[in-house]
Amino acid sequence: MSETIKTDCVIIGAGPVGLFAVFELGILGLESHVVDNLDKIGGQCAELYPDKPIYDIPALPECTGLSLIENLQKQIKPFNTPFHLNERINEISSDNDIWTLKTSRDKVFETPNIFIAGGVGSFEPRKPPIDNVLKYENKGIKYSISDKNFYRDKKVVIFGGGDSALDWTVELSKIASHISLVHRRDEFKAANHTVNQMRDLVKAGKVNLVTKSQISNVQGSDRVEKVIIKDNDGNEKIIECDEILIFYGLKMELGPINDWGLNLHEKQIDVNTEDFETSLPGIFAIGDISYYPGKLKLILSGFHEAALAAQKAFTRAKPDETLTFRYTTSSSDIQKKLGVK
Amino acid sequence: MAKIKYIEFNGNEHEIEVSNGLTLMEGAIKNKIPGIDADCGGACACATCHVYVDNKWIEKLSPKDDSEEDMLDFAFEVKSNSRLSCQITVSDELDGLIVNMPEKQF
Repeated sequence: MSETIKTDCVIIGAGPVGLFAVFELGILGLESHVVDNLDKIGGQCAELYPDKPIYDIPALPECTGLSLIENLQKQIKPFNTPFHLNERINEISSDNDIWTLKTSRDKVFETPNIFIAGGVGSFEPRKPPIDNVLKYENKGIKYSISDKNFYRDKKVVIFGGGDSALDWTVELSKIASHISLVHRRDEFKAANHTVNQMRDLVKAGKVNLVTKSQISNVQGSDRVEKVIIKDNDGNEKIIECDEILIFYGLKMELGPINDWGLNLHEKQIDVNTEDFETSLPGIFAIGDISYYPGKLKLILSGFHEAALAAQKAFTRAKPDETLTFRYTTSSSDIQKKLGVK
Repeated sequence: MAKIKYIEFNGNEHEIEVSNGLTLMEGAIKNKIPGIDADCGGACACATCHVYVDNKWIEKLSPKDDSEEDMLDFAFEVKSNSRLSCQITVSDELDGLIVNMPEKQF
């Protein structure tokens, strides 16, 4: 039996806007839980551009994606907010103004408020749009490794040139019976020392490296038996294999949110600009995922949206209480919540 | 200002004027040309604005930098004339440029 967690608000997305929503809800005395499909806090800032400089955060002339996230985590520390990482909300249903959410790990939340701060959606592995590649998923094709021993004594082909592809090539070369690494060019984006390790393994005959080639098709009966690769001149080559691992990074998909009955504007969710509520009462969309006339996909816009949505969330979470607007500079109540001494 | 021809994978052609300073990706998005997704909005972080540049034009474009080359690893069916359209800035010299869209943006 799964546990049911009751809370004032479930925030979907642990990016900058989701984190700041924790703060805005927190100073109003509302408790929240944050759910994110990634294995770490920070959303796109941490996943896509941790080291890229950002110049348009008010009063921060320059910061990086990662430092912005670290500072936001510091800012929300007083609220001890639980994070549910590697987890996705799959289903929602409502009863009497209370939403019930089910996660991919069978956790259940009950809450009057859902904040969707999902950026451009959840990160999913990039899958080559080839019919047979999709057909043989989990029948010899995987996009991540949960148990490396699964690959013991198997013939493995790895695609990609980044850290995941190279790390696993080096690691699996110790246990797989045969391992090939296929990449579209001679240069690798992965860390230099891993690339060097891989090249040493190639020299020692432990890894079969094929560059300037890309996946073209796969074949097999019940499971994958061979993969066909194509070089830059269009010549095809067959590699026999038991398992294929594809590490082409992550892409963003709206995912299950598509099926929740929200009014959508292409890949964004329609909201009103008074409180950023969607077409469903109690579900709010803030940050890049929300759409309204004039919308700018900026982190600072998301911060503003979080503040206004939190006000409305308060009235739903505590219908019998009156909300009085207060400043952090002068409210002893807020300062107490923040642990200011 | 340059006249750019975007050709969808199915052969549909879109010839539009794009202002100097915009990227090829922005020109496509502004004119709602299908086939370029640009999920990350031009940060060179997603490879969903992949195009094939007409071979006559390849040499006339500013060369790819490392981040574009790295990101192209994540595009589908990359060829020698593959570019990310968010990394190509339009100028008068690009008048007449032709780009083809791939079958899919992954």
